[in-house]
Amino acid sequence: MDFNDTPEEAAFRAQVRTWLEANATAKRGRDDTFRAGLSEAEYLAAARAWQKRKAAAGYAAIAAPREMGGLGGTPAMQVVYSQEEARFLTPDRVFEVSLGTALPTVAMWGTPEQKASYLQPAFEGDHVWCQLFSEPSAGSDLGNVRTRATREGDEWVITGQKVWTSGAHFAQYGILLARTDWDQPKSKGLTMFILDMGLPGIEVRPIRQISDEAHFNEVFLSEVRLPDSARLGPENQGWKVMLSTLMQERFSLGENFSGDLYAQIIDLAREVEWDGRPAIEHARVRSGIADAYIAQFGVELIVRRGMSAISRGESPGPEMAAVKLVGARAFQTGGALAVELGGAEGLIAQEDLGPEWRLPQLLWISAPGARIAGGTDEIQKNTIAERVLGLPGELRTDRDVPFRELEG
Amino acid sequence: MNFDFSDDQRRLQDEVRRVLADHSTNVHVRRVLDGAAPFCADTWRELAALGALGIAIPEAHGGSGMGLLELCLVAEEAGRALVAAPLLPSIYLAAEAIRRAGSAVQQAAWLPRLAAGEAVIAAVLDERNHRVLKDPKLSLADGKVSGAVQAVPDGMAAEAALLLVDGRLVLVDLRGEGVERHALKSLDPTRPLARLVFDGAVAEALDAADGATVAAQVVNGAAVLLAFEQVGGAARALHAARDHALQRRAFGRAIGSFQGVKHKLAELFAQIEIARAHAYYGAWALATGAAELPRAAAAARVAATTAYNAAAEESLHLHGGIGYTWELDCHLHLRRARWLGQILGSEHAWREKLASALIEEAA
Repeated sequence: MDFNDTPEEAAFRAQVRTWLEANATAKRGRDDTFRAGLSEAEYLAAARAWQKRKAAAGYAAIAAPREMGGLGGTPAMQVVYSQEEARFLTPDRVFEVSLGTALPTVAMWGTPEQKASYLQPAFEGDHVWCQLFSEPSAGSDLGNVRTRATREGDEWVITGQKVWTSGAHFAQYGILLARTDWDQPKSKGLTMFILDMGLPGIEVRPIRQISDEAHFNEVFLSEVRLPDSARLGPENQGWKVMLSTLMQERFSLGENFSGDLYAQIIDLAREVEWDGRPAIEHARVRSGIADAYIAQFGVELIVRRGMSAISRGESPGPEMAAVKLVGARAFQTGGALAVELGGAEGLIAQEDLGPEWRLPQLLWISAPGARIAGGTDEIQKNTIAERVLGLPGELRTDRDVPFRELEG
Repeated sequence: MNFDFSDDQRRLQDEVRRVLADHSTNVHVRRVLDGAAPFCADTWRELAALGALGIAIPEAHGGSGMGLLELCLVAEEAGRALVAAPLLPSIYLAAEAIRRAGSAVQQAAWLPRLAAGEAVIAAVLDERNHRVLKDPKLSLADGKVSGAVQAVPDGMAAEAALLLVDGRLVLVDLRGEGVERHALKSLDPTRPLARLVFDGAVAEALDAADGATVAAQVVNGAAVLLAFEQVGGAARALHAARDHALQRRAFGRAIGSFQGVKHKLAELFAQIEIARAHAYYGAWALATGAAELPRAAAAARVAATTAYNAAAEESLHLHGGIGYTWELDCHLHLRRARWLGQILGSEHAWREKLASALIEEAA
């Protein structure tokens, strides 16, 4: 057991740090963010340019094998890189789905031709990917997907509606889950496709979120025609392909929660006054900071242990199942604690309260989304109970019924 | 970076688990519960024979000289098996303090006997800041100790006590002059307590000039080791609840098929895994002497204390009425979780230590 860098990791860290110092600006404080106030188009352009520079330096896909255009490094090296980049002002989020889930799925299931055409442009930032899974009646019950893919000769004709699709409004490609066999039970008749978002018949409508941002979208598909070469994985095996995507998602969610929320609360609590003393001197605040650290760093440690397992060529243990559940809730509790520090004044929006409140307020308002996206708390708990603890599955009336016989 | 134990360490853990499955059964533990013995001599002998007691004691002093990471895994198994024996005072505290701060003579005198399980040393090295009975505090004058200390684990079974008095670490022969001891009823009778009263008892100082610093380090280490015991105990309580939920039927189905039950158990699992993650980090900090130890130990202690208390409480609850009977082992976990969580200072005190460490680091 060693939580320090190996000599190789230390050397890689030094190399990464030198490169970042030459290519990016260091953050001045914890709440310093990359060019706040950019329009989405400007931010996107900056993110692509940054991804291209990373790719040129070999840092775009550190843990991907060399034959796929990656650096052929270890997951630990990816962690080292992320830790170092977090200290610099760089654009984030744009390539989260591309590199975190979509491309690993293409790498796992794609044909040699698909890998040759899609991996490199995504690593280099030319293509952004999205993930078209959820539908109005297929959220937690994802097997209920009703988007229809019908075979016509060597083509598939796709019609349906997707929702909560992050980044669909700027993505060039997406992985799409559609129903190809209506005579099979729910999860058996699904197939995964690679969707070129520029094809005719695709309409993307952004959804305004409670945070007043619009990161995700509704996507309407009407008779979109795809060649069979756009199929990702075998016909009617889409559920299996999708599960491998969600496995990746658990890792990337863990990474997202590895920020330093508790440290931000410390910074704020030093400045805020309670009863004539800094809030940080109050026991309630101090215990909140301790608990925020336990949840947040605990999640980070579990993710690192999973990566250690992968580095040894093993599968991560069942503890990975706790990451999303604990992480998302920690996000909500910590965000609330930060906002609460200010009492009545804490209700003043950051524009009038001060820029150091921007992130805490954003965390507070976006935390409810984290508990829903990528599997709700309840779905996570069912998964832990059934897959890890071996408890009985939920009673299902629809499991063995051909999909076409199910009520909407 | 490697955030896990090695295969060799896991094999050793399996071996300890196998031995304890036979030598720390509920029959063994309940003999102590019923007051028939101050601790389970059979368990203690087997742990000694396995080399588990001396696993972090150097070979030159009769140990196997493996290390603290291995001792953490022994602790996890001890917690799982509800071991009723003086691991905390004798091994986690006394042996560690003597190994770090004892003179060559003291090490030669005590470490081989501690490793062999022949000697038991009671030890109170933390500040004991929560005071109820308000005995006169310990004080040291002319090499003699006076005053009293409450709630000393294994105080009746020990032949000597290691105490932090006026910033010095001292050993006191409990069979000598000027020592009185009284057995106290413990909320966990499998881990008995005593009151030690000193009136000019001869105290032999350890070598360390700064006893308080050594004591603080040893207490942090013990917090990590207890966290492993707590994680082991919590996992056992969770699995007992899981097994019961699979077998017990109500309303025509196994109660483990109800979401109210499934989700409760899933929550416990998540809580235990967070505690385990911090315990591993603490093990690393302890074994390498990392500067992060105070933070890592405090986080491990708080996370493991909350996890074991929750697991013990909910496991009992899920067993229903039968869980509230003396006959079932649910109350053994309830008692042990409470005992482990407070014997080294309460969760609240450790949460404050964690906050202080975090705030200091962020300065």
